[in-house]
Amino acid sequence: MRYSAAALLRNAIGGQRHWRPAWRFPRPRTRYDVVIVGGGGHGLATAYYLAKRHGIRDVAVIDKGPIGLGNTGRNTTVVRSNYLLDPSAALYEHALKLWEGLSQELNFNLMFSQRGVVALAFTRHELTEMERRVGALKLNGIDSEMLTLDELRRRVPLLNLSRELRYPVLGAMVQPRGGNARHDALAWGYARAADALGVDIIQSCPVSAIRVERGRAVGVETAQGCIEAGRVAVVAAGHVTTLMETAGVHLPIQSYPLQAMVSEPLKPMLDTVIMSGLVHCYVSQSDKGELVLGAARDSYVSYAQRGSAHINAATIAALLELFPVLSRVRLLRQWAGIVDVTPDLSPIIGPTEVRELYVNCGWGTGGFKATPGSGWVFAHTIATGAAHALNAPFGLERFARGALIDESAAAGVSH
Amino acid sequence: MLLIPCPHCGERNEIEFACGGQAHLERPGPQADATRWARYLYYRANPNGTQRERWFHAAGCRRWFNVERDTASHEIRTAYPMGEAPAP
Repeated sequence: MRYSAAALLRNAIGGQRHWRPAWRFPRPRTRYDVVIVGGGGHGLATAYYLAKRHGIRDVAVIDKGPIGLGNTGRNTTVVRSNYLLDPSAALYEHALKLWEGLSQELNFNLMFSQRGVVALAFTRHELTEMERRVGALKLNGIDSEMLTLDELRRRVPLLNLSRELRYPVLGAMVQPRGGNARHDALAWGYARAADALGVDIIQSCPVSAIRVERGRAVGVETAQGCIEAGRVAVVAAGHVTTLMETAGVHLPIQSYPLQAMVSEPLKPMLDTVIMSGLVHCYVSQSDKGELVLGAARDSYVSYAQRGSAHINAATIAALLELFPVLSRVRLLRQWAGIVDVTPDLSPIIGPTEVRELYVNCGWGTGGFKATPGSGWVFAHTIATGAAHALNAPFGLERFARGALIDESAAAGVSH
Repeated sequence: MLLIPCPHCGERNEIEFACGGQAHLERPGPQADATRWARYLYYRANPNGTQRERWFHAAGCRRWFNVERDTASHEIRTAYPMGEAPAP
């Protein structure tokens, strides 16, 4: 059923009895051409583009729980493409361009709001790096500008620009086309569109191992039995290393908790996204009025979906330094997701040393924004057996070659 | 929040420490090939379970030591000085 104003009206008249589930709940078949392990945004996007762009519809997406309940449902929904290095800029900008038409393409309201992403500088060094980054972005054709303090004051009136702070704000940059989107809607929109093209979405079915015979992936072991596959694609974020090791593939990934919080709903007070590096926090206001806050990640490996309290305390202290007006606001919830971090803070997308086994991981603390582009290039890689030009630099072999894509200097925030 | 038993100072709050990652890594010799070096430089164990790791008591005795910790439950089994093997 296509969603439209006419469909709303028809169902309103019909007593809302004719809506159908947005996707099916099939039992897994014994064999698929492609099995995708991981039903987050990236896995579902991969399935959608496999079916849509490459005509490969004999596909299953398998998740250990309901789809979109891992990091897709836990992130702070910021979308931007202002990365310093050329390979990253090309990949994330491709994703942002897909975002711009995605609600229409999927016929699903992603609530994509290009309200701008503003990054703050607190030291002379941060400001210089920011000017360098804006220059690099302009050379790559990505919208980015420096903001003077007067422009910043007009754009974010509640921001504390006092010179008396321990670290006063010295300047800022903005990507006007950046913004927010509804994170759940991204998973649901891709799931519905992929399902309509014939993809089976298998939920609450943990995958325990990848089956390899004579150097080739042939299927996966799941809670509902073994499923054979012509190709296996793993998009399992923080749990990617434990799963890939069952196929004998080691990855340079560490899993850490990353935390976020929301406040009680407030009247509209912030119509852009604020990213703050040195005084570390990032914040935006959801359409419900809640302030969505991103914290730093913990410093040690963990699979417990909880982070340390002192990390959140530091984030809240930073927020109050930037917005003293919020001192009496209460928090509603805080949570953590397990993120997969590579040594160069860039993702790994490509084939592995096991034939017909592909991996897409290492998105670390900032994968949500890339979801459409990630699925797009990964589908190409699975369909053709080779990387697309956009993800060729992001192969696993870059670590032995020393060709790292070191985005740590260019991360929007200090992790 | 972890309570970390520094072998030199006793149990202290996690905020006094910095985590140095996987312990007992062996640096390859000068003849090692690129794959070996990549393993040493970039690849670390990432177990969902027991891991041995190095910690630095940054706001205490400022000494490095080893900890055996469960990455799922955060339980710390033992802590022992650098250069020693953990208790079995």
